[in-house]
Amino acid sequence: MTLSEFDAYRPENEPRRKRRRNRPPGKRRGGGNGDGAREMPMVEDVEFADSYYGRPIVKAPPWDDKISAYLFLGGVAGGSAMLAVGADRIGFDKLRRNTRLTALGATIGGTVFLILDLGRPERFHHMLRTFKPASPMNMGTWILSSFGMGAGVVAAIEVDQLTGQKIPLGVLRKVVYAFEKPAALLAAVMGAPLASYTGALLADTSVPTWNGGKDNLSYLFVSSAAMASSGFALITTPTSQTRPARTFATLGAVAELFFSEKLTADMHPVEAEPLQTGRPARKLRWAQALTIAGGVGAALLSRNRIAAIASGTALATASMLTRSAIMEAGINSTKDPRHVVEPQRDRLAARRAKGIVDDSITTVG
Amino acid sequence: MVDFLERPGELMEAYGQDTERKGFFTDTSICIGCKACEVACKEWNQNPMKGDLEILGSSYDNTGSLGANTWRHVAFIEQGQEQIDKARESGARLVGLGMPAFGAPETREPNTTEDLGMPEFGSPGVRIKNKVDNPPNPDTPEFRWLMSSDVCKHCTYAGCLDVCPTGALYRTEYGTVVVQDDICNGCGTCVAGCPFGVIERRDTGTIHTKPDRVDSRYSMDVKHKGTAKKCTFCFDRMVDGQTPACAQTCPTQSIQYGGREEMVDNAKKRVTAMHEKGLTEARLYGANPNDGVGGIGSVFLLLDEPEVYGLPPDPQVPTKDLPKMYKKVGIAAAGMLAAAATAFLGARKK
Ligand code: SF4
Ligand code: SF4
Ligand code: SF4
Repeated sequence: MTLSEFDAYRPENEPRRKRRRNRPPGKRRGGGNGDGAREMPMVEDVEFADSYYGRPIVKAPPWDDKISAYLFLGGVAGGSAMLAVGADRIGFDKLRRNTRLTALGATIGGTVFLILDLGRPERFHHMLRTFKPASPMNMGTWILSSFGMGAGVVAAIEVDQLTGQKIPLGVLRKVVYAFEKPAALLAAVMGAPLASYTGALLADTSVPTWNGGKDNLSYLFVSSAAMASSGFALITTPTSQTRPARTFATLGAVAELFFSEKLTADMHPVEAEPLQTGRPARKLRWAQALTIAGGVGAALLSRNRIAAIASGTALATASMLTRSAIMEAGINSTKDPRHVVEPQRDRLAARRAKGIVDDSITTVG
Repeated sequence: MVDFLERPGELMEAYGQDTERKGFFTDTSICIGCKACEVACKEWNQNPMKGDLEILGSSYDNTGSLGANTWRHVAFIEQGQEQIDKARESGARLVGLGMPAFGAPETREPNTTEDLGMPEFGSPGVRIKNKVDNPPNPDTPEFRWLMSSDVCKHCTYAGCLDVCPTGALYRTEYGTVVVQDDICNGCGTCVAGCPFGVIERRDTGTIHTKPDRVDSRYSMDVKHKGTAKKCTFCFDRMVDGQTPACAQTCPTQSIQYGGREEMVDNAKKRVTAMHEKGLTEARLYGANPNDGVGGIGSVFLLLDEPEVYGLPPDPQVPTKDLPKMYKKVGIAAAGMLAAAATAFLGARKK
């Protein structure tokens, strides 16, 4: 086995190391037994027509399920604020109180996860040193902050009333109470983009599976948010006041099922693959089953508190699983360069077939 | 429609200085794989070591890839005759495709006579027959060794810069893309934003050799831990009118540094000259202002398809589609509000 004519000059006395085929990718060869005098071909398989030793082309962001949890809690917060405004209008006081408290709790939880995921958590506020529409992460932080203000005011009022005005607000109490309606409205209005901007946050990246989902991620995420927030309402609130939440849950569940199918259907098959294999696929299957179970439960089992709690839990869990599956599938899609190379080659070829030949990054002259 | 793409020209003008966009031309056909650029970059920027020294089993590349601690990376690829032929064909197919016309191409002067200060023959490889036997192709008949020094592309439309929420990443007055170490909070969005897998958060790294590390007297923190790191185009040298460390140390002029226009010009002349010699495997990467990232600051001359070197074949800055994505965000938000309103229609307190 020779690679070049040079090998003919190799002294005979040293036996050539046996070349092993089909070495599992990523397995490293131990160093140490090569002396510089023997210029051995260092590579087993001389076929990399498609990639550089199978190494990733695009890097995965340093994100994990802390970010999935943030996506999930942001959705819960946004949906809860909407339910709270509706509940206030029709006088469902328990639903209003519980959803307001859920909204603030989820906001705080989500923010904590977001901060913990930073490389320099103490610099979190740097996100607010600029206003930059080109960055969905920056826009999201502004949305989250303004939402948090609104949600904070109304939740504070709820706690104040629950505890019999024990919060030491002093003269500020009047001011805070005066802002109840605008604050509630602010939270509901900002709650919508809070639930949907995360679609752009993931899509506006070079991660193949996320970028390939740019047409559907926002839709999927608001569906998931509607489902999860009403799930929480079903858990926390007695059945006499959950009818709107049940409708919201059912709408969310149906839309979630629809858009999670459409998400993969609209992608390049190689971009969709990470969602259809391994752990993300299992998570998505569970999410689907729980969405159906929870959705049906929310729609039909109206009177039974236990059934309502079970449905609500199923819906919230399904939402979390969906976020986590998409997070993991995205990370996985960066690991194999095939997910980057094949869709890109295909789109380049498609443009060339249409006669667009002046926009390739490789050119001669 | 509004777009969110930041363009180097606009920002550079804002500085009100008389600076030009700087660039590299990395001509991989004359790279000898000495890794001097890797070493010079590490030393000048005091970048920590990545993990422990390991043999990766990928030809002479034991660095692996670009990353937080590796801002220049020399790739080594060993190829047989079949790949050489394929590369030659795929390069030849690019002729006639490609560059938008800046003035009619046929009026462009042939550059055969011009002395670019470059060696006669392009492709790396070991010459075993003498030149007379095998004049147009310096590779051996059945083997060639590709080497290419990769670096941050300093894109015209930089994905990393666009998505950075803190403004830590910015466009310098030289049109380069640099992270401000004291601003970055390590959110990692830029890592996902870069279509080339260049920038990375510095979560690990060592700065001492093993024996040193056990001795606490030498213990020292890794610089800027937890923030995003990548090639700065040696901004600190540039402001003093110096050449970046990697380009200065390169012994073969494989890494050329200068005004970006001039670099693109050199690159075009070089690829034309190579094609005229029958070396049709040569092609430029990133010289086209119409490509998905608007052209790159560090133009490359490659001898095979970009994916062979671990480069994406059709990179696109994700921000290009951001207006469309924001539209979806808006529609989704409106839809959710509508669904919530629907849920409360008809619901009355009993
Ligand atoms: S190559 Fe990546 S890190 Fe470098 S400027 Fe372009 S987008 Fe940013
Ligand atoms: S990690 Fe730093 S440089 Fe990268 S996007 Fe976040 S703040 Fe900007
Ligand atoms: S320009 Fe400077 S920072 Fe960038 S690769 Fe070269 S030596 Fe390293």
